[in-house]
Amino acid sequence: MALLSVTSPHIHKPGNTGGFMRQVLYATLPGLFMLTYFFGFGTLINVVIASAVAMGCEALILKVRNKPIAFYLNDYSAVVTAVLLALAIPPTAPWWLTVIGCAFAIVVAKHLYGGLGMNPFNPAMVGYVLLLISFPKEMTTWLPAAGLDNSVNVPGVFESLRLTFLGTNPDALSGATPLDTFKTYAGQPEVLDSNAILHGTFAGYGWEWVNIAFLLGGVYLIWKKIITWHIPAGMLLSIFLLSGFFNTAVDADNYPSIMHHLLSGGTMLGAFFIATDPVTAATSNRGKIIYGFLIGLLTYVIRTWGGYPDAVAFSVLLMNLAAPTLDYYTQPRTYGHRQPNKGLAKPD
Amino acid sequence: MSRRIWDFHGGIHPPQNKKQSSETSIRRAGLPEQLIVPLQQHIGAPGKPCVAVGDRVRKGQMLARANGFVSLPVHAPTSGTVQAIEPRPIQHPSGMDALCVVITPDGEDTWIEHSGVSDYSALDKKEILHRIREAGIAGMGGAGFPSVVKLGVKPDQKIQTLILNAVECEPYITADDRLMRERADEIVQGLQIIGHLITPDEILIGIEDNKPHAIEAMNRATQETDIEVVVVPTKYPSGGEKQLIRMLTGKEVRSGGIPADVGVVCHNTGTAYAIKRAIMDGEPLISRITTLTGDYVADKGNYEVLLGTPVGWLLQQAGVKATDLHRLIMGGPMMGFAVHNMAVPVVKTTNCLLVPTLEEFPDPAAEQPCIRCGTCAQACPVNLLPQQLYWFAKTKEFDKAAHFNLADCIECGACSYVCPSNIPLVQYYRFAKGEIRTQQQEQAKADHARQRFEARQARLAREEEEKERKRQERAKAAAAKQAQKKAAPAEKPAPTAAITGGDDLAKLQTAAASTMKRYKEAQKALATAEKNGTDNLEALQKKVAQLKEKADQAKAAFTSAKSAQAEDAAPPAATKEDPLAALKQASADDFAAYKAAEQALQEAQANNGADTQALQQRVIELKAKSDASKAAMKAARARQKEEIQQQNAASDPVKAAKMEVAKQQVLLKKATKALQAAKDSDAGATDALQENVSAAEQALQAAEHALKKVEEEHA
Repeated sequence: MALLSVTSPHIHKPGNTGGFMRQVLYATLPGLFMLTYFFGFGTLINVVIASAVAMGCEALILKVRNKPIAFYLNDYSAVVTAVLLALAIPPTAPWWLTVIGCAFAIVVAKHLYGGLGMNPFNPAMVGYVLLLISFPKEMTTWLPAAGLDNSVNVPGVFESLRLTFLGTNPDALSGATPLDTFKTYAGQPEVLDSNAILHGTFAGYGWEWVNIAFLLGGVYLIWKKIITWHIPAGMLLSIFLLSGFFNTAVDADNYPSIMHHLLSGGTMLGAFFIATDPVTAATSNRGKIIYGFLIGLLTYVIRTWGGYPDAVAFSVLLMNLAAPTLDYYTQPRTYGHRQPNKGLAKPD
Repeated sequence: MSRRIWDFHGGIHPPQNKKQSSETSIRRAGLPEQLIVPLQQHIGAPGKPCVAVGDRVRKGQMLARANGFVSLPVHAPTSGTVQAIEPRPIQHPSGMDALCVVITPDGEDTWIEHSGVSDYSALDKKEILHRIREAGIAGMGGAGFPSVVKLGVKPDQKIQTLILNAVECEPYITADDRLMRERADEIVQGLQIIGHLITPDEILIGIEDNKPHAIEAMNRATQETDIEVVVVPTKYPSGGEKQLIRMLTGKEVRSGGIPADVGVVCHNTGTAYAIKRAIMDGEPLISRITTLTGDYVADKGNYEVLLGTPVGWLLQQAGVKATDLHRLIMGGPMMGFAVHNMAVPVVKTTNCLLVPTLEEFPDPAAEQPCIRCGTCAQACPVNLLPQQLYWFAKTKEFDKAAHFNLADCIECGACSYVCPSNIPLVQYYRFAKGEIRTQQQEQAKADHARQRFEARQARLAREEEEKERKRQERAKAAAAKQAQKKAAPAEKPAPTAAITGGDDLAKLQTAAASTMKRYKEAQKALATAEKNGTDNLEALQKKVAQLKEKADQAKAAFTSAKSAQAEDAAPPAATKEDPLAALKQASADDFAAYKAAEQALQEAQANNGADTQALQQRVIELKAKSDASKAAMKAARARQKEEIQQQNAASDPVKAAKMEVAKQQVLLKKATKALQAAKDSDAGATDALQENVSAAEQALQAAEHALKKVEEEHA
């Protein structure tokens, strides 16, 4: 009789990393649904292509690194990266765009840094930024949201497939996002007032619902204890404060409303799914609030005064760099200590 | 009345699994064929055995005494014979054996004489503490710290709150639960004894809200007292001492401190019960309540088990088939230890034996990479950043781990429990803690060595300084003298003889050296001849002897010339020193020669050399010479001493007289001793010795008289 000799604890909460990641995937479903509803099946196709590429690249690299392939594929981390990237890519994007972005995210941004848990930068956002800088035209071509322009139909499955794999004349279908539109016409109140895309129920047409869907997914993640409220709260708070200040106290024609900022572009996807990527974010609760707050601040600054209409990806990558330092200076106060420790080591 | 319950950070809610064992009453486990009583069942030094193999012992008889302040005795759990005192397997994290007293029960279970006191308040507190120590009571919640150490309150310390820890937050365990349900009154009595000892402002009993029957029983038992039962919400690890203190008082025990620092003392339910039995019934701690549970156990429940009962035997009683076990845990599933051997005995801290099936406790899943999800940080009851500690432990950055308060980790296992990547975090922390401990010990050793080295350097520097100072003083004095001499014209011219003497001396030295050399050569030749067994040994020996004589003469001539010259040339102060030094040197030389001869003799004897007789003769001669020179030296030394004394006496008559008295005392003592020795050995000359003694007595009296006189004169 050989008794198993292990040290305590002897019990474990059921579950593993794969289950953890699957929860994230489930939480993206409302947002995915809204994107499909407003912009056709392009995003869904992107998700499928991205997942396949990500799994393929992951398996390849694991083989090269001589690691157990099935064991690592089962953690679903590659799929999460792929899905998050696919959700950020325009539905009209050609297939190779998704392939390049996804392969770069998995091979370079994740595995060249050591694989799961070791990458300093959010892989999906590295892939996204690579595409945005290299292929700005493809990456900024969106469709008009369904119901905005009755002369344009939302592409169906075959139309979306055709767009993705055969390409098409984007001009015929292209439409700007609310963020784009405001940036283009900032300071011209007449144009802004008459532009239907800027006047949905709460904010930009179509996009407001996409963002609300991602918000719902985020609430699900918090409820499931996959993420904590700290990073989204910090990020949304700083966007709220900055947009509120500039919109009401400075100039409403140049600085859009709070709702416009909160419910446009990648705000909610970024706040609940991107910035909260645990590997690359700050880990202490206080650190997470600061981390989120600074992402929101950078996002607002770049959106308002920078060259790009949206900025969640840049902000997250910039703050990824700061996460370790934030952690060192935001340690919690341990039981029995008067003060939290700071920095890396006590001065002698 | 409701009382504020504070919350603590983190915590988890694992499945309780208490119902399996909490619904049947406590049963007696019975008497095994053999009881194995470890001498160390507590934190601290093991007890010292006070019985021998073959002794008959009675139930409750002490088997080993406490060996120090943080140590406890152990007692015989039943009557029987001491079969062995030897190392046996015990529950130890490293699977090590430890010294145990093995008892074969006689089945009669006869108690040693014992009696308790119902009115303990009549006893001196020290006496109560003594009885608790002698009863061998250790904290029965798990750590096993000697209870008496926690009960001895320092006079300058005021304890506000005494807490009875009846939380029992670990899943599966119900020993305290059952004990409270069935023996609440005795627990409360024990708690009152503790209260009597440490006189707190309030006494609280903390129980988790998952034990309604125990809460009811304790409420009933405390009705007539001012003890308050406080119900806390179920959350692991609320039974951790620090967590419970926080929940009930809002206070935090300082890192590295003990609860008494913040005016709180915590004791476990089982401990209070054992204290009651010790004081009011006079029974030492020889049994405890242990939960037997897990799906392999047919008769799950709580058993009153004699300490020393082998685990394998006990499990058989509860219906476990010994062949099909998957794992066996002593303690709870969160903090218990895996038992490696079924022969280990139940000890004072064994609150549970858990025998789960594979379905119940699946094998640990493979460790996945940490994704820093922070679930562990949300679960940590002491508010650490477990994932950071994990990274630091993994990369062996122990200084960083220490800085992130690794030392405050209570190893409750909450972080490992919730980790989605199945990382055995607590194992990493234990590893890091062990490494840090080793490093600190080495650092302490290195520091100690450095301090010693620095102290030595400082001492050497000091001595050097002292020497230098003295040297300078001497130089100054010499310069002053020189100046004096110059001031007064020289009385006699420098002796020219000294120069010629110097020449002679050099010649003599050369002569001495050359004869010495020749002598050595001859000696060597003799040695080789002896080795080769040549015939002309005798001739060679003669030659050696002659040369030796010559060499000695030459040397003596040189030495005498030298000392003569020294006497001439040296200042008068030095002359006093010199004869003694020469004698010393001579004595040492003679002694060395004697020893060398002796050695040669021994060698010769060993080699069966022919000339051992001659050598023996020589040894005797040399010994005599050595003795003589030694005596001469001693005499010279005594003389010198006397001279000095006389000089001193001249300057201080009182001192001189005192010295004289002391001298006479010594003489008298010597004489008495000699007399006594003579008497003892029945020698005839006792009369003469008697006379000596009386003479010495008289001399002493005279000396004392003289001293008195002198003192009077100088008063």
